Formats: sequence, structure tokens, C-alpha cells
Amino acid sequence: MKKLINDPSDVVDEAVAGFGAAHADLVVVSHDPTFVRRSAAPVPGKVALVSGGGSGHEPLHAGFVGLGMLSAAVPGPVFTSPTPDPIVAATQAVDAGAGVLYIVKNYTGDVLNFETAADLAEAEGITVRTVLVDDDVAVKDSLYTAGRRGVAGTVVVEKTAGAAAERGDSLDAVAEVARRTNAATRSMGVALSAGTVPHAGEPSFTLADDEVEIGIGIHGEPGRERIPLEPVDAIVDRLLDAVTDDLGLASGERVLLFVNGMGGTPLVELYIAYRRAAEALEARGVEVYRSLVGSYVTSLEMQGMSITLTRLDDELTELWDAPVETVALRRGR
Amino acid sequence: MTLDATWTRAWIDRTADVVAAEHTALSELDRQIGDGDHGENLLRGFTAVRAKLADLPADATPGAALKLVATTLISTVGGASGPLLGTAYLKGSAALGDATELDAEALVAFLTAARDGVVLRGKAEVGDKTMIDAWTPAVDAAAAAAADGASPAAVLRAAADAAATGAASTEPLVARKGRASYLGERAVGHRDPGAQSSSLIIAAAADAADGSSKES
Repeated sequence: MKKLINDPSDVVDEAVAGFGAAHADLVVVSHDPTFVRRSAAPVPGKVALVSGGGSGHEPLHAGFVGLGMLSAAVPGPVFTSPTPDPIVAATQAVDAGAGVLYIVKNYTGDVLNFETAADLAEAEGITVRTVLVDDDVAVKDSLYTAGRRGVAGTVVVEKTAGAAAERGDSLDAVAEVARRTNAATRSMGVALSAGTVPHAGEPSFTLADDEVEIGIGIHGEPGRERIPLEPVDAIVDRLLDAVTDDLGLASGERVLLFVNGMGGTPLVELYIAYRRAAEALEARGVEVYRSLVGSYVTSLEMQGMSITLTRLDDELTELWDAPVETVALRRGR
Repeated sequence: MTLDATWTRAWIDRTADVVAAEHTALSELDRQIGDGDHGENLLRGFTAVRAKLADLPADATPGAALKLVATTLISTVGGASGPLLGTAYLKGSAALGDATELDAEALVAFLTAARDGVVLRGKAEVGDKTMIDAWTPAVDAAAAAAADGASPAAVLRAAADAAATGAASTEPLVARKGRASYLGERAVGHRDPGAQSSSLIIAAAADAADGSSKES
């Protein structure tokens, strides 16, 4: 393992400290317990959005704290969900009396810790709603698994729900926007190599030079299928077919096409993938109405990418286009 | 014969020792079918538990000590195992109430409540390839031993043996809960790290009881 770190046990604290120092205009960092909040929070009358999860997915989640997206983010240890304490502390710090929405990726640890935090926050008199993100189509049979994982689609859910909160929607209305966005969103990813958790010191799985892993999640866990390396166009077709089939996309529909890098893949490759995905969607009569390309939901230095589609209606498009000012996403300001 | 607060503290100490000794192996099991941090997470939790135990009043009941373990694990471990194991200790400690002397029946009640707590949170069943595959056989064996009139130490030994067998029994299973469930058939052949750590924790309880019996 070769990494630009000091002590592996200081990785999250030092990274969060650096994040706070670099972006003091947008965020305030709390230590012990660790969370990152929007510097303007709490905003009177506004529903607050709190998300979080294991570290190692940067810029998710702290990178999306700011106007039009999250009110606070709670980074846990690398690839491990935060405990309830910092989630409750973040909730208290951003609640403006209008309630707090938790946006939680559907991973067992995230779900259990946010569930416990919601119980504790409710006991403090704060109204909490939780929306689970489960956009990953790679997990097929949800009856016999923990259910679909939340992956890159989390960014889309945080964006539209954040915009709904910013325009003054009630807690239930913001939660409904988040649920509707999640229901309209599907993703699937591929890995060429795994990331290395600093504590573990070695990659979470190894692939031969001529192998790729299809259907990976974002915690270094292997996917569903290991196949020989193919040209990127063929891999894109594989991912896109799974996503469009699951979404039941029909000709004439509009989508957001989001090509997400997993942390170790350069933009040049992501744009090659985007080009193919856009062509293939066009060939199906699907209009690529909005786009996002970049590494937004990563898995340390994993090489690979995921493709996310969100079926857009007029309201979701308007919310996607609404102003946002965060470290990782800025528009219209 | 009964077990008291001395046993509880010895159990917690032994658990912290075992976790320190086995955390690398536990993380390696987790690396095969999960994300490889189970041992690190438990090490963080039980290191914190050991530190907090020093502040516990000398006359604290077994229930109070185990409740401290529960809250410390919930607030330091994270992931899935923090809430799950934390709830096990929390429900188990509640079942003990203010008792200062634990007989065989009290230990069965403790183990049963702990197991039920894990089921409540994680909604897993036997055969899902989770820590329940260690806890449920442990509870059944403890209950059977107690019904036969076994001593508290023998009840815990029966539970520990059954938990070890249960942990081993997860190897051929396809996981249906937790992160390993994403692997489908590829989880087969790997032992569930949560079942393994639960089995180590229950074995530490039996070892501590043997130690307590010999000393007394």
C-alpha cells in the first residue's frame, strides 16, 4: 500500500480538518463528534437535510453540503457508517424547527445507525423522516439480500431534495421529492481494480489484468460477476442495458445521464463512456436531457465507473437545475 | 453456584483481549465476503469499553456493567455490528435487572434477550449467514443445559460450544442479510465474520466463568 497519509487511524480526522480549512466559506466542521454543516445552518423555517456514511467516497458526502443540497454530512470511519452520536449532534446543529430529512444509502450499517439516531433525535423533540437510496440494479433479488444498495444516485436524490427544501417545501414534501427521485433513478457500476482501505493495507479484492468486476458497490465489496475485460463501449452497453431495462425506459422519455468515476479513473475515460451511453440512449429514442460526468461517489482509488439514469419530469428537472453552492457541485450562483 | 460482577468484568476483559488478538483474522474473514473492517471496528469498540470500565463503580451490578458495554459499542463501533452487538448487550443487560448473583436461569434469560435484540434490529433468521447463526444455537444449548440442571459455568460452556459449531456452519451458506448478501453464491465457502466474533465473545464468557469458578 502506498498512500499519502500519516497514521491510518488519523485519516478521517485529518481529512475533515483539511476540508474545513479549505472551504471555510461554505462549511463549518465540528470535531468530537465529527460532522460538517453548512455555515449558514440552521436556516430559519427551512427543512434540514442530513446525510452521511463511511468515508472514502469523497466528495460524497461533505462535498455536497451547502446551499441547495445538504445541511450537514456525517463522515464515519473509512467504509464504515458513523455511529448515532455524531448523527444526532449534526441533526441538533441544523434543525430549524421545520424537521430534518435523513438521506441514507441502503447498506445495513448505515440504515441501523441512522435508525438509532432518528429514535434519539425524535426523543429530543426533533421531527425526522428518513429516505433510503437504493438505486443499484446489480443486486437483483431483494427478498434474499439486504436489498439494493445506495450508490451514485445518492447525489441526484440529495440535489433534488435539497432544492425542494431550499424553495420552502414542508418536511413531508421534501421527503416525497427524495423518494420520487430515488424511484426514478437506477445505477450500475464496473471495477477494473479495488480500492485499499488504509487500515487493511491491501486491496479489498484483486482482479487480473484482463478481468473486470461487474455490479460493484462502493465499499470495495465485490460485484455479482467477473468477466474478461472488454472495450469500454461493450462494458457501457452492458451497464446501460441493465439500467434501462430495470427502469423500463421507453422511447420519448427524458433522462439525466450521470457517468460517475470510482476514484481511480481519469475523466478522459469517463467521457469515452459518456459518449457511448449518450449514443446508445439516443438510438433507443431516449432524450439525454441533463448530464453529469465526474468522480462524485467514489470508492477510494478504485478504478472503474458507474452509470446512473434518472427519469426526468418537469419538476425533477427544475429541481436538478436549481442553484447549488457546495464544494463539489456549483451552479447558478 | 452463581456468577457475580467479578465474572462480568472478567468476561469483558477477556473479550477485549480476544478481540485484540483476533481482530486481524476477523477483518480477513470480512475481507473475503464484506469490506474487511469487522476486526478493526470491534477493536475500536472494546478498547473504548475497557477504558470506560475503569470508571464503573466497584459495586456495579452485572447488568450495569453490560449496559455500559452496550452504550459504548453503539457509540464507537459503527457499521452494522455496532448497533447489532450493542443491542444484544442492551437487551441482555435489561433482562438481568439489578441481580447481583446470576444462576443458570439468569444466564439463559440474558442470552435469550441478547439474541432477540439482534433479531429485532437485524431481522435475520438462522441460515441467513449472520451472527444469529452463532447466537441461536448458543441460546438453545444454554437452555437445554440449564434444564438438565447444569451449573452457570456449564451453561456458558454449552453455549460457547454451540456458538462455535454455529459459526462454522455458516461456511457453506449463501448470505441473505448484510453486505455479503450481494455476493450470491460467491459467499459460499467463507465463514461469516459476525458469527465468528459472536462465537468468540460467548467463548470468552465461558472461559471467564471457568476462571471465576477456579478462583472461588
